[in-house]
Amino acid sequence: MSNVPADLKYASSHEWVRVSGDTATVGITDHAQAELTDIVFVELPAVGRKLAASEACAVVESVKTASDIYSPVSGEITEVNQAIVDNPALVNQSSFEDGWFFKLKLANPGDLEKLLTPDAYKAQIGG
Amino acid sequence: MSAELKRTPLFATHQSLNGRLIEFGGWEMPVQYTSIMGEHQTVRSAAGLFDICHMGEVFISGAGARDFLNWLLTNDVNKLVVGQGQYTQMCQEDGGTVDDLYLYRLTDKEYLLIINASRIEADVAWMETQLAAFPQRHLITFENRSDKYGAIALQGPKAVEFINEVFPGGSHAGTHVHRLTDLHKNQIATFNLKGTGSLCWVARTGYTGEDGFEIVTTASNILEVWDALMEAGKAHGLKPAGLGARDTLRTEVCYPLYGHELDEKTSPIEAGLGFFVSFEKGPFIGHDSLLAQKTNGPQKRCVAFKMTDKCAPPRPGYTVWNGETQVGQVVSGTLSPSLSAGIGLAYVKPELAKKDTVIHIDIRGKKYAAQVVAKPIYRKAV
Repeated sequence: MSNVPADLKYASSHEWVRVSGDTATVGITDHAQAELTDIVFVELPAVGRKLAASEACAVVESVKTASDIYSPVSGEITEVNQAIVDNPALVNQSSFEDGWFFKLKLANPGDLEKLLTPDAYKAQIGG
Repeated sequence: MSAELKRTPLFATHQSLNGRLIEFGGWEMPVQYTSIMGEHQTVRSAAGLFDICHMGEVFISGAGARDFLNWLLTNDVNKLVVGQGQYTQMCQEDGGTVDDLYLYRLTDKEYLLIINASRIEADVAWMETQLAAFPQRHLITFENRSDKYGAIALQGPKAVEFINEVFPGGSHAGTHVHRLTDLHKNQIATFNLKGTGSLCWVARTGYTGEDGFEIVTTASNILEVWDALMEAGKAHGLKPAGLGARDTLRTEVCYPLYGHELDEKTSPIEAGLGFFVSFEKGPFIGHDSLLAQKTNGPQKRCVAFKMTDKCAPPRPGYTVWNGETQVGQVVSGTLSPSLSAGIGLAYVKPELAKKDTVIHIDIRGKKYAAQVVAKPIYRKAV
């Protein structure tokens, strides 16, 4: 059974968002990392890149497949997590904490309203 | 999952082991149980058990069997003594490959062909056509028993520590041995499963680059063989392993996978498998085309490569570049769990096939450096 922390917002494409002031931290869910299995490579967006909501902006690769990661919200990238580039397995080990992907300055806080609640995301992944 | 996918006798076992199921060659098969990386390392360091019931079993026997197989296949069947197997190809007249397979001589006039799951129909049609035109056809019995037989691969350095417990006693047919682990590489023999006494063919062969065994028996025996091996192997670190690890393991040791390194447009000479083509044994289908390729040099060559840039793993279908010129295509690629580097096999122009040649792989629009390396890419330290 996947862990779905109650204090986060979720995208149906399996990213999570943690909001602090006007900064959003984005990562992929425990369910997503389990589905992807051993993550062996991560590519992150450049700091300063402006993203639209649902824009493909990162890539994770497992042994078998490459998957795009989408920004759940619009905004400008302020920081990326180099630690997961150096050690992609961090995403498998700690998807909600050490395995975060990037932070962005929210362009439109209204984007958050369109995201899934923990319960709605739980329902989507069937558990 | 499509209802038309075929299932092996171990399907319920895969489900109870939480195997992640995918489509492979028309079959619903486990790609992994826990993790591809973990299962890969288990096979390299201990032992893994693979369901390979999807593969096909064809029996060809009779007084004309040997001559027919020598006509049908590229390797020299005369070299096989009873109880021995060889890797070989089945080619078209133009040298393109119908399939690659393992041929075992079970008894004096009986042979077993283990063929690829995705090629069973094509192979059987091809073999029946060739047989119908073969002069000694009345001296040959051809039976496709793919639906009635199954197979399990036990692979890894610890396999020898417990397989004798599962098949106690000496062999009956094939190579004569007093205990199973006395079989040498490529030898095959029948043994009785402990308890039930079910008769199984066991060969010291595999597709991982590790020591190991492949067990072929009727489909109704497969589950008890699997369970007996799992039970005996538990204390030795045996774990079930899926097709994902099977693919990374075989890629590290550069074993071809039909549909990747080989297909109807690609010959064993181009694939670097000329060792398994015998021009001395007499005529066989594809002889002239293959000899011309060998003499004149093929138009493309299958090379092994290792990424030297830090990048995402190479994948089948990615293009290979020399400067601004596209010079080939990746046919197999993955992150090597043993080497922690991107590795693969690619077809390139012959002039780029030399070891240490620098090539570039286009990975999602960016070109990354790789180096042509000797095969196998991974060699076990001994």
